[in-house]
Amino acid sequence: MTRQPVRKSYDGIVAAVPVSVPYERYSIESAHWWIARALKGLCEGAGIDHRDIDGFAMASFTTAPDSAVGLTQHLGLSPRWLDHVPMGGVAGVVSLRRAARAVQAGDADIVACVAGDTNQVDTFRKTVAHFSRFAQDASYPYGAGGANASFALIARYYMNRFGARREDFGKLCVAQRANALKNPHALMKTPLTLDDYMRARPIAEPLHLFDCVMPCAGAEAFLIMREETASALGLPFARILSTIERHHAFAEDEVQYRGGWARDVGELYAMAGITPSEIDVVQTYDDYPVISMMQFEDLGFCAKGEAPDFVRSHSFEIDGSFPHNTSGGQLSAGQAGAAGGHLGIVECLRQVTGRAGPTQVEQARIGLASGFGMINYDRGLSSGAVILWGETQ
Amino acid sequence: MTKLPGPEAPKAPPAGAPPLPPANRSRTAHGLTRAAAEGRFALQRCPACARFTYPPRDACPKCLCPALEFVDAPEGGLLVSSTTIHASVDPYFREHLPWRQGLVTADCGPPIIVHLHRDCVEGERVRLSLQLDKAGQPVVFARPATETPNMQDDPAWQEMTADPRSRRILITNGRHPAAPALARALLQAGAASVDVGLSDPDEAFDGGALLRATDNVTPVALDLTDARSVAALAAAIGAEVDILINTADHVRPVHLFERDAPRCLMETMDATVAATAHLAQAFGPAMMARGAAGPNSAVAWVNILSAYALGGHPEFGPVSVAHAACLSLSHWLRAELRPGGIRVLNAFTGPVEGEWYQRVPPPKTSPSQLSRAVVDGLRRGLEDIYIGDIARDIQARLAANPKALERENGQ
Repeated sequence: MTRQPVRKSYDGIVAAVPVSVPYERYSIESAHWWIARALKGLCEGAGIDHRDIDGFAMASFTTAPDSAVGLTQHLGLSPRWLDHVPMGGVAGVVSLRRAARAVQAGDADIVACVAGDTNQVDTFRKTVAHFSRFAQDASYPYGAGGANASFALIARYYMNRFGARREDFGKLCVAQRANALKNPHALMKTPLTLDDYMRARPIAEPLHLFDCVMPCAGAEAFLIMREETASALGLPFARILSTIERHHAFAEDEVQYRGGWARDVGELYAMAGITPSEIDVVQTYDDYPVISMMQFEDLGFCAKGEAPDFVRSHSFEIDGSFPHNTSGGQLSAGQAGAAGGHLGIVECLRQVTGRAGPTQVEQARIGLASGFGMINYDRGLSSGAVILWGETQ
Repeated sequence: MTKLPGPEAPKAPPAGAPPLPPANRSRTAHGLTRAAAEGRFALQRCPACARFTYPPRDACPKCLCPALEFVDAPEGGLLVSSTTIHASVDPYFREHLPWRQGLVTADCGPPIIVHLHRDCVEGERVRLSLQLDKAGQPVVFARPATETPNMQDDPAWQEMTADPRSRRILITNGRHPAAPALARALLQAGAASVDVGLSDPDEAFDGGALLRATDNVTPVALDLTDARSVAALAAAIGAEVDILINTADHVRPVHLFERDAPRCLMETMDATVAATAHLAQAFGPAMMARGAAGPNSAVAWVNILSAYALGGHPEFGPVSVAHAACLSLSHWLRAELRPGGIRVLNAFTGPVEGEWYQRVPPPKTSPSQLSRAVVDGLRRGLEDIYIGDIARDIQARLAANPKALERENGQ
């Protein structure tokens, strides 16, 4: 499909102030509390008052009955641009794209993109049970396995079709755990060996314990502003080279073996003016390792069906041949609800601005972060990706 | 205002009630419930572009036509992926782990997440059916396309059905012309034993000798018009009844302006509606308490209803009225029994061969036909079955035009 005219670039628009509110396995606090802490982190990081934030893009599963509107009064914001992005794992990319255009158009000067969720003891079951109408009618009553069961079906098919083995999934999980051990905020604190991975208890075959994320409470956030604003505030920043977003691609596939990235990947690199080999660090959306492998293919790092070989021929640690999910990703840092879609962007922003500290990849200047989400029924509907470029500062 | 006797029925499920599968469904999804109740496999099809869709939608994803219809669909499909779930967030499934789930590409197009029979193999063909789960809600089940050994023993399939095999069964009215055939059909289907209620177990009647001569059939004293008699039997065997087949009936043709009509109507109501209420009170709670007791659990309550419950017939006024009331009562009973995971199967039949409907011309329902249909309905976990040409005719005419049915029955 040819696309014309070429999309307008994001020249002059930057991302800044990566904020992660350290995760907790369970929390008695509300999503509002977690989002407030993220906003406070943004303000402290930027040296501004929260009333200076005139744009607010919020993602969460657990603010009900409040939407982003309710949060403005709850948190004392008075934005002139407001967005509620209930899109799970793709909410980060979607928030970033919308915010960048709003700032570019002058509709807002500083947009806070915040995702936060609590995890009270029954939160996860409620989220799964009420996720979507199709889930309510046609997947949840079939064992109530949630995303684990959905990704089990996808992983089994992928294994059968492309020859992926559990060891391949395990290699990614083990590398991410090694990365997480360098991230003081990661929930997972103990080393993981491939043997541990292989011997873990089954959750939804072929998925076993370490294929699955741990639901938790937490928040992730960043700011979008003009480059001149960032400079005036003295903030390190990353330029937005390109973004893509897609929903409900490839409806004809009998089982999902590719995401919407495959449809838009050409545009992703054309807009950025680079090739995949120029990416220094990659943050995939990793609620399960099979979906990371799909992203290696669909985002152009290898051809469709070649991710198993790609995994076997690379190392994925911070100092590896393909630095990947350097904070530990969701698999080892935890999945804080909708914040899982912001986690990769926040870590990418740290990496390309040289501020990742113990997880810093040497000389990382161009990073890719992707998002994926919304298993509405049998497949993840939403995909997105962003390429960030941090100048040496 | 008259104070009704007895305590108010509790609204919440009784303490210790078994967890049931997730029961929330959209209104549109109940198009599947309708088909599942009758054992049909139906999906939505677009009347404009003829494309089948699933899950249930409110518009066609191909052409946006907003008038999707549930129509019978091909039952074949290909199992393209599967999983065995070992961890679930739902209490019902936690008690039934591990649980198999499959993803099937239906021959008519859509991808369908299914409950998966243990003998199904990835890459092979399956046969799809709509079932009602323990919560009474519609689900798609996939079985191997060809018969496998002991196919009925699959634990997930058993949750969807009420196979009479190894069950202890009570037929409430042995005087029903189909009672002997029912008892034999259930025993042939593997029932452990059949108790048959008789108001006077020693009294001779057509079929009585047949009943008494059948192995594993036990006549038991049961006067359905006497609450104490019903309670006494429940006290004796209520804790062991797995399937209750309610054959309460009373057929006396009468015209409404005859002097005897009101009394006849009340007698019929006593023998059917009140009898069913006595049975529900006496046996319902004990059955509910055993609704999740594994392979030997209580599973089903069957009402043998006249198809005249659906559209009254002036020649059989009292039966029509009483069975219409019994039909309504069955919906009440179904709602009350659901928290216990007990199914209520309504078997609608046309006039049954025998002394009750001697004056009615054929086609009539034979006792063996009725019995086979009930056993089949239990094995398949159905909720509404229509037995015989007359019952199916009434069902079809009712669906097409209730007024036409009323006028034509009255001529």
